[in-house]
Amino acid sequence: MINHLRPAITLVVAMTAVTGLAYPLAITGIAQAVMPAQANGSLIEKDGAVIGSALIGQSFTSDRYFWSRPSATGPEPYNAAASSGSNLGTTSVKLKDRAAGEVARLTATGMTQPVPADAVTTSGSGLDPHVSPAFAEAQVARIAQARGLEPAAVASIVVQHTENPNFGVIGEARVNVLELNLALDAL
Amino acid sequence: MTLIGWLQISLLFLAVLLVIKPLGLYMAKVFSGERHLLSPVLARGERGLYRLAGIDADKEQSWRAYVTAMLMFSLMGFLALYAILRLQAYLPLNSQGFAGMAPDLAFNTAVSFVTNTNWQNYGGETTLSHFSQMAGLTVQNFLSAATGIALAVAFTRAFARSKVTTLGNFWVDVTRATLYVLLPLSIIVALAFVAMGLPQTLDASVTATTLEGANQMISLGPVASQEAIKQLGTNGGGFFNVNAAHPFENPTAWSNYLNIFAMLSISSALVYAFGEMVGHRRQGWALISAMAVLLVAGVAVTYWAEAQGNPILTSLGVDPSLGNMEGKEIRFGQAMTALYAAVTTGLSDGGVNGMHGSFTGLGGLVPMFLIQLGEVLPGGVGSGLYGMLVFALLSVFVAGLMVGRTPEFLGKKIEGREMKFAMLAVLVLPLAILGFTAVSAMLPLAVASIGTAGPHGLSEILYAYTSAAGNNGSAFGGLSGNTPWYNTTLGLAMLLGRFAYVVPVMAIAGSLAAKVKAPGSAGTFPTDGPLFVGLLVGIILILGGLQFFPALALGPIADHLAMLAGQTF
Repeated sequence: MINHLRPAITLVVAMTAVTGLAYPLAITGIAQAVMPAQANGSLIEKDGAVIGSALIGQSFTSDRYFWSRPSATGPEPYNAAASSGSNLGTTSVKLKDRAAGEVARLTATGMTQPVPADAVTTSGSGLDPHVSPAFAEAQVARIAQARGLEPAAVASIVVQHTENPNFGVIGEARVNVLELNLALDAL
Repeated sequence: MTLIGWLQISLLFLAVLLVIKPLGLYMAKVFSGERHLLSPVLARGERGLYRLAGIDADKEQSWRAYVTAMLMFSLMGFLALYAILRLQAYLPLNSQGFAGMAPDLAFNTAVSFVTNTNWQNYGGETTLSHFSQMAGLTVQNFLSAATGIALAVAFTRAFARSKVTTLGNFWVDVTRATLYVLLPLSIIVALAFVAMGLPQTLDASVTATTLEGANQMISLGPVASQEAIKQLGTNGGGFFNVNAAHPFENPTAWSNYLNIFAMLSISSALVYAFGEMVGHRRQGWALISAMAVLLVAGVAVTYWAEAQGNPILTSLGVDPSLGNMEGKEIRFGQAMTALYAAVTTGLSDGGVNGMHGSFTGLGGLVPMFLIQLGEVLPGGVGSGLYGMLVFALLSVFVAGLMVGRTPEFLGKKIEGREMKFAMLAVLVLPLAILGFTAVSAMLPLAVASIGTAGPHGLSEILYAYTSAAGNNGSAFGGLSGNTPWYNTTLGLAMLLGRFAYVVPVMAIAGSLAAKVKAPGSAGTFPTDGPLFVGLLVGIILILGGLQFFPALALGPIADHLAMLAGQTF
């Protein structure tokens, strides 16, 4: 027992120095030097101010913007300092009630049923930056009306910002909501 | 399910298949003490470390000394991590000013990382300083994985050697696993992760002003370096609360691929290294085939179940064509979420890219069942290999009973002593899982933690102890696990699943090493063909899985039927 004490303590201390300090700090140094944009969170700036991250979803409530998916983070949706999913089971009455409420809210804005599944479900992270192309398209009429634009002009932005699977295989079709709304503001 | 979805899944398995042989051969060299790619770079450092620690690298250990060294190493790792978590308020790199962790949560978390479970009863970005994440959690991500590899290598030597009393030197094996396998691969994967968008900074957060004028505080940190070893070491403990569903842990389809690839590759390659070290490569492939059959079946069931959507939502006017999207990310969709869920539980990784607790009954049954099978598909780094070998021994024993011959595996006679220890090990999981679940299901203070009532509530409890005892770490997150009851009992389940399992397993290794390695004869049951693979799959399902069926029927299966009937709770 006792003869194992010295190697155990020495190795834990030495490995803490190597894998717990040298390794992450070296990776940080290289990342900051070579890939600073990614290493600092893929931030998007507008007029010198940070308006968000290309990878992190934001909450949009105005009729003039594309809405993101519902989010389960607290206390407010899309709280990027405390990620969380709803963790509700498929047979949860809370899930059913929430989805019914979302369907009613979306139908009231003129969306036709059935509504896309991502429009009424929360993501795993609560920070999903994307919506499905179907959910984006279903919002075009509302936004065109709120902004006094031709629906075709808004719809063409959705098409431009739809990212398809790489090589047609890897990944899913998706639209980044923040980038979509930035393009909308630039019209 | 779509053809494209299956194509995505197949491409990932193909990539892993390509890396198994080269990585397996490399590890076989490392652990046989031969010269290899990295010897010129790191051999001096390795020797220096031994001198500092007073380790005689040439002195081998008996199975008892090997296990004692392992237990001492784990104990010291636990104490160091527990101290860091409790004292983080006084330690550097704590710009958010987080307080020290409560004793029960610190116990749970330290046990969790030392046993390679990485269950998260805490939210990383809201609880832990960068120092705790780096010098605390990241270190045990390396060391618990290296411990698993070392044990597997020692077990392998029991089959490779004939009439010996020693299995190698634990300190040497654990050092080599860290320096030559985990660290170099982590550096490569971490840099690739940064290129894909994972943050790597010492800043704690950045505040953005959104398009609608609100403030959004975005947590940052040294994410890529931790994510790399989290997957390579099949740890699974994320930097953030929601693990690899978080866009900063897993921003794209490519990073998702790399996540799954990283967690599968070392465990699979170790099985090949086993074949190489015992001088029987076909045996390695036979074990890999059995693992692959069960793993692909798991992916298929989850993918199918999740792609159907939730009929309760469909009846409200929701389009089911995207499948069950609650708790899932758009960028992964059903195929990549199902693949991740099956791989992370077939392995003992436990990272998630979607919330298992929001899966359909059957979709969520699969990850739970894959853990209950004993984490051998291909299992945690190292732990999967020795777990699988226990099943292989049981298989030849059952085959031997059927034809009335003394069973042999790789030239070693399997006798009563080995079988007793094997059964002792195999019984640890049902004891810890079903025992703690039964008590929790009757204790009001434990039941109060349930998120969704009805059969899903039982599933949440059952999944928690399954995950803890299987050293997995994924969760049905509806259960509020951060209570003294769960922190303590889940911690005990983790300890049982790791150490109560591995001690009898190493006793088998000691007993086998002492036996003669006899060449096979015409009467030897071949253990590298399809017949053995089929038998092994059957033994894993019956011995590993069947005992959990009654509990599964009351939990996930009842939950699925309730969902189909439109019943809510």
